[in-house]
Amino acid sequence: MAAPLIRTDNLAKHYRLGETDVPALQGVTLEIARGEFVAVMGPSGSGKSTFMNLLGCLDQPSGGRYWLDEQEVSTLSDDALSTLRNRKLGFVFQHFNLLPRTSALDNVALPLLYRGLPASERHALAAQRLGQVGLSERMDHHPAQLSGGQQQRVAIARALVGNPSLLLADEPTGALDTRTGSEIMALLQQLNQEGITIVLVTHEHDIAAYADRIIHFRDGRVVSEST
Amino acid sequence: MNFLATFAIALKALRVNKLRSALTMLGIIIGVAAVIIMIAVGSGARAQVEAQIRSLGANLMMVFSASPSFTGARTAAGSTHTISEDDAYAIARELPDVIATAAPTLRGSGQIVAGNSNWSTGFHGVTPEYFDVREWNLAEGRFFEAAEINGAAKVVILGKTVATNLFGDMSPIDEVVRIRTVPLTVIGILAEKGQSPGGSDLDDVVLMPITTARNRVLGATALAKSRSVGSIQIKMLDGADSKLAEERVRELLRQRHRLQPGQDDDFTLRNLTEILQTREESSRVMALLLAAVASVSLLVGGIGIMNIMLVSVTERTREIGLRRAVGARSGDILRQFLIEAVTLALIGGLIGVLLGSGGAQLIGYYAGWPIALSASATTLAVGFAAAIGIFFGYYPARKAAHMSPIEALRHE
Repeated sequence: MAAPLIRTDNLAKHYRLGETDVPALQGVTLEIARGEFVAVMGPSGSGKSTFMNLLGCLDQPSGGRYWLDEQEVSTLSDDALSTLRNRKLGFVFQHFNLLPRTSALDNVALPLLYRGLPASERHALAAQRLGQVGLSERMDHHPAQLSGGQQQRVAIARALVGNPSLLLADEPTGALDTRTGSEIMALLQQLNQEGITIVLVTHEHDIAAYADRIIHFRDGRVVSEST
Repeated sequence: MNFLATFAIALKALRVNKLRSALTMLGIIIGVAAVIIMIAVGSGARAQVEAQIRSLGANLMMVFSASPSFTGARTAAGSTHTISEDDAYAIARELPDVIATAAPTLRGSGQIVAGNSNWSTGFHGVTPEYFDVREWNLAEGRFFEAAEINGAAKVVILGKTVATNLFGDMSPIDEVVRIRTVPLTVIGILAEKGQSPGGSDLDDVVLMPITTARNRVLGATALAKSRSVGSIQIKMLDGADSKLAEERVRELLRQRHRLQPGQDDDFTLRNLTEILQTREESSRVMALLLAAVASVSLLVGGIGIMNIMLVSVTERTREIGLRRAVGARSGDILRQFLIEAVTLALIGGLIGVLLGSGGAQLIGYYAGWPIALSASATTLAVGFAAAIGIFFGYYPARKAAHMSPIEALRHE
């Protein structure tokens, strides 16, 4: 078995709220292998979002260590983290977070802008990913001209465009109706079968059921795992 | 991320809120326009003064005869003759610490005839000092000799305009012209001076020895017997305090004319340097006023930019979070917002340059002020606008760059 894509060792995060130290994550040790589809569940305040932020290199841990793709992340600088996000991570958000008044194509190409690719190359790669999510016909549409499901597909194409090792999806169906939600989950499942590792945060059991492995969080700790 | 892509993002963001962007630019537009007008008016005035000094001679002061006012009715300055040639020599002799030269001048006018051409012009009876005071050179021929001055020789030096009108392209040297029936031999042609800033033709002039003018041409009037002159043209020493020089001349003349304290001067003293300085001063005041308007406007414009950029950063918090999430470094975000602010300021600056140039032309046209637009002033103003953009855009841009990506993404 190859080295795991994600390895955390006693990963912890504390927030300071005035005088009190609020522990959000209290020592999480786990591994996620390449190609896995993992769902993270737990009530609000369980630390699952904090964990996702740390996995996504959006935040730095207060304690413990984190290796992504065999590279230790916990000690990297802000700029190095930005580069890492750009190269190895793709994000899918509950509210899509597309740039308004910007075409689907330009939205998808956005991560490549920060990679310094020339416009022609950016657009070619973005068009390819839009085709992969079934939106070849909608490349010039602005987010306001697209349905919720289509917007989330654009967001998924954007997450994929940089060819990341890990896709992080934070409640990707939270803003969609059940039928569209299932379509999006089916798409994610298909992408996982094509090889990408996915970590998904959700509080819906039927959404989590798409994953191979479910990790339950409570009070900043992993309390159980199921498959 | 390259500059052009960032610039395109900035332009797009500004286009989204066209009215807001336009209103934000207004302060910069007014400020830059004021800078352009200020420099145009200021340097125009300076150029005019320089031209005036060039045409009249630097450090010039003039004394005219004026009738004392005890008769009640005053006559025009220079029309009666209360000052004399000797006053001129005394000024040069007694005030060497402030005065370089003093040239007595006698003025007349009449028809000047050569062959079958004639021309109506003013003539001046002068001494060699005149050429020095008025900084006048010859294009052709020679100056008067001392013997010619003393002997009231029948010689004359013509201004370019007069020479051309009487002789066309022919050289007038050694030709004879007549003024009031007195035949005079042309010995020189003055170098061309062109128009005075007031628009009169400086080359429309005839010069002859002061003695010739008095004894032969002006002829049998009372003044021919005296040594009185119409005016004395005085050149102050370079760097002399012109106010002090004026006082010294006034004092000397009052003493020579035996005027009692309290009695009016029987002469008029005109300090051209001072007049020019006053004029330059008033345009400088105008320029200072505009500078005040410009700096206040630029400051307000800068604060406006800062304000709108802060609003924009807050409005686009999620966008910032997203950009960070997909790999923008905080430096990329800083550059994006900074370039947006600078673009705003620069476009405002360019519009300001256009409005300012147009405004300066209008002021020049309606107020009759000389206007000098310069490329360096334009560059300066646009550069200043860009600097304002950087200065006032930096804080909002920094704020955007230092946002935590998580909080930015979570922002509602």
